[in-house]
Amino acid sequence: MADYDDIPTLKENIDRATVDSVLALDVDKYKYGFETAIESDMAPKGLSEDTVRFISAKKNEPQWMLDWRLEAYRRWLTMTEPTWAKVHYPKLDLQDMYFYAAPKSSPAPKSLDEVDPALIAMYDKLGVPLREREILAGVERPNVAVDAVMDSVSVVTTFREELSKVGIIFCSISEAIREYPELVQKYLASVVPVSDNYYATLNSAVFTDGSFVYIPKGVRCPMELSTYFRINEKKTGQFERTLIIAEADSYVSYLEGCTAPMRDENQLHAAVVELVALENAEIKYSTVQNWYPGDKDGKGGIYNFVTKRGDCRGDNSKISWTQVETGSAITWKYPSCILRGDGSRGEFYSIAISNGYQQVDSGTKMIHLGKNTSSRIIAKGIAAGFSDNTYRGQVSAHAKAKGARNFTQCDSLLIGDKCGAHTVPYIESRNGTAVFEHEATTSKISDDQMFYCQQRGLSEEEAVALIVNGFVRDVLQHLPMEFMVETQKLISISLEGSVG
Amino acid sequence: MTTPILEIRNLHARIEDREILKGVNLIIPPGEVHAVMGRNGSGKSTLSYVLAGKEDYEITEGEVLLDGENLLDMDPSERAAAGLFLAFQYPIEIPGVATMTFLKAAMNAQRKARGEGELSTPDFMRAVKTAGTDLHIDTEMLKRPLNVGFSGGEKKRAEVLQMALLQPKMCILDETDSGLDIDALQVVSKGVNALRAANRSMLVITHYQRLLNHIVPDVVHVFSDGRIVESGDKDLALQLEAKGYADFDGAAA
Ligand SMILES: Nc1ncnc2c1ncn2[C@@H]1O[C@H](COP(=O)(O)OP(=O)(O)OP(=O)(O)O)[C@@H](O)[C@H]1O
Ligand SMILES: [Mg+2]
Repeated sequence: MADYDDIPTLKENIDRATVDSVLALDVDKYKYGFETAIESDMAPKGLSEDTVRFISAKKNEPQWMLDWRLEAYRRWLTMTEPTWAKVHYPKLDLQDMYFYAAPKSSPAPKSLDEVDPALIAMYDKLGVPLREREILAGVERPNVAVDAVMDSVSVVTTFREELSKVGIIFCSISEAIREYPELVQKYLASVVPVSDNYYATLNSAVFTDGSFVYIPKGVRCPMELSTYFRINEKKTGQFERTLIIAEADSYVSYLEGCTAPMRDENQLHAAVVELVALENAEIKYSTVQNWYPGDKDGKGGIYNFVTKRGDCRGDNSKISWTQVETGSAITWKYPSCILRGDGSRGEFYSIAISNGYQQVDSGTKMIHLGKNTSSRIIAKGIAAGFSDNTYRGQVSAHAKAKGARNFTQCDSLLIGDKCGAHTVPYIESRNGTAVFEHEATTSKISDDQMFYCQQRGLSEEEAVALIVNGFVRDVLQHLPMEFMVETQKLISISLEGSVG
Repeated sequence: MTTPILEIRNLHARIEDREILKGVNLIIPPGEVHAVMGRNGSGKSTLSYVLAGKEDYEITEGEVLLDGENLLDMDPSERAAAGLFLAFQYPIEIPGVATMTFLKAAMNAQRKARGEGELSTPDFMRAVKTAGTDLHIDTEMLKRPLNVGFSGGEKKRAEVLQMALLQPKMCILDETDSGLDIDALQVVSKGVNALRAANRSMLVITHYQRLLNHIVPDVVHVFSDGRIVESGDKDLALQLEAKGYADFDGAAA
C-alpha cells in the first residue's frame, strides 16, 4: 500500500533550520549587525558633477561612460521624487551622504589570497560561499559562483575561469565597461531608460558597481550565479547596476542576496537591474533581501528604492523574478517584465514580510506587447507589528497583444491587529482577446491554529514560523534550493516578537 | 500508592461569566483507560481544553497534577512536552504545512523541550511508516497540508497518528470515534489499544458505548452539568446506552 520512501525529506530539514533560528533569536536580534573594520576610500560628501567625475575616475572609466553619467546627472537635477507609493519617510539629504566608498585593499584582487582577510571573515559570518575550495568540494552546496559586492567595489569573482570556457562573462559592471564596452553600450539602459524614474536616473549618474552577466547563444549556464551585496560604510548610498543578457536559446539562474549592518541613520539604496532575454532564452532572477529594517521603535534602517525590469525581447523567451523581502525600513520595488516577443512569458513570485515599523510597497508590472504572451503573479504579503504591507501590481495588454493571459494571486496574512495589508491592482487591456484573472485573499493566524500547534509542543514562535512557511509555500518552491533554506530562517528571524 | 498520571481536584472553570466546569474530581492511575460520557454541552470538551491549556477559560478553583506536577502552571507547549496529548474533537486546518512537516516539527519541538536530541530523518521516516501503516494512512495524505480537505474520518486518524508518534503519558481523546465508518473504527481502536501501556493513561470522551467494546475502559464516568456525577465499570456504559442520561440529571443538581 503506502510507499513512504518517496517522500521528499528536504522540507523536513528546512523546518529544522527554521526552528533552530527561532531559538537563536534571543542571542542576536539582528545577527548581521556587525561592522567590519576595513579602511575605506571615500568620495567627498554630497552630490555634484564632481562626485560623478570622482566615481568615474576611481573606476578608470572611458570618456563615453563619464559623458553618459553626466548626462544622467543633469537630467536628474530636473526631476522630483515620486510620492505615489504608500510609504512615508523623512526627506533624504543627499548632500549629507557619501556616494562612493570602496574597501581599501588592493584595488583589483587577482585571487582570494589577495583579498583582505577581514573581508573573507565577514563573508564567512554571512555564510557567503566565497571560498572556492569549499564550493568546488561541493559537499553540501551546489555549484554557485559568487560576485561579492561590498559597498562599491566587486571584491572577488569566483569561478570565472570555468564559466569563460563556455563563453559566459560574469564580472563586475565596472570591469565590463572597460573590457566589453560594445556589449555594455548596446544593452545598458535599453530596458530601464536613463530617465525612467527619479531613482533610476540618480543610479545612472552615480552607480558604483554591480554585476554583469552575458550568456552566449545556446549556452545553459552550468551553475547558479550569485551576488551578495552588503552596505558597510556609514552614510553611504549604494547604487548597484546589474545587467544580464541571455542570448538566444540560453539559460541562466541568478541569485542576489543582501545584508547590511545595523545603523542609526537611514541609508539609501537605489539599484537598477536590467535583464534582456532573446529568442527562447530564459532568465531566472532570485533575490533575498534582509537589510536592516530599523530598530523596534522604527529608527534607522535602509531605504530601498529599486528599479528592476526584464525585457523578454525575443519570441518565446521567459523571465522569472522571485523575491523574498524581509528587510529595509522602506521598500519600493516592482520587478517587472516587458513581454515583447510573441509567446514570451513573465513570472513574479514574491514573499514580502514586514514587522516593527517597516513599510513595504512592492509588486510587479507585466506589460504584454507580443501575441500570446502570458504572465503569472503570485504575491504573498505577511504583515506583523505596526508595519504596512502593500502589493501594487499592474497588468496591461497592448492592442497587438492578442491572446495575452495573466493570472494574479495576492494573499495577505496579518499577524496581530496593528498592522495593515493592502492590495492595489491596476488592470488595463486594449484588446478583447486578453484574459486576466485576479484572486486576492486576506487572512489571519487564528487562535485555534496557534493553540493546536502549541498543544503538539511547538512554542508560539515555532508555531508562527511554521504557519507562515506554509502560507508562502507555493512561492518558496520557486526559489533555488539554497535560498529556500535561508528564506525559512529569515522568515522566523523577521517575525520575531510578532506574537505574545 | 503510585502517583496518578492525572489528578484533577475540584476544578472550576468559566468562560466570560458563565461557569462551565463546576468541580471536577478525577484520578487516573498509570496504565488505566477512563471513559467519559455525557450529554451534549455538559462540558466534556471544555474539560479537555482546560487540561490542554486553551486561553479562553478562566480557572477559578481547583488544581490539576500531571504525574505529580502542577499542570495549570505550564503553558500549552510545556504541557505537551510533559506528555499531555489531546486528540481534538474538531481538528484544526493548517494550510500549506504538509502533514509530514508538521509531524516532524512537533516531535522535534517536544524532544528539544525535554533536552533530547533531534530525530534523524531516517528514524523519523521509520516511525511514521510504522504508525501510518498501522492506521491505514496513505503516504499521499501525509504530503497534503494538515487537515486541509481531510474527510472527517481522515482527520481523526491523523490525530491518532500524531498521538502514536508523540508517545504521550496522558492521552485525551475527544470523540475520536465520531465520523468514523465501521472499518475505520476498528483500525483506530486497534491503534489506540496498541498504545495502552503500564505508564500511559487515557481519557476517552465518547457518546457511543460501541467504541468501548473495542477500547475497553477500566472506569466509566458520567459527566453532567460540569462535573462527574457517577463512576463505575464498563457496564455503566451499557446501562447508559439502555436508559439514557435522565437517571443522572438529579445527581448533578
Ligand atoms: N467560547 C464559548 N463561549 C460561550 N460558551 C461556550 C464557549 N465554549 C463552550 N461554551 C459552552 O460550554 C458548554 C460546554 O461545551 P462543551 O463543548 O464542553 O460540551 P461537550 O460536553 O463537549 O458537548 P458535545 O458532546 O456536544 O461535544 C456548552 O453549553 C457550550 O455552548
Ligand atoms: Mg465536545
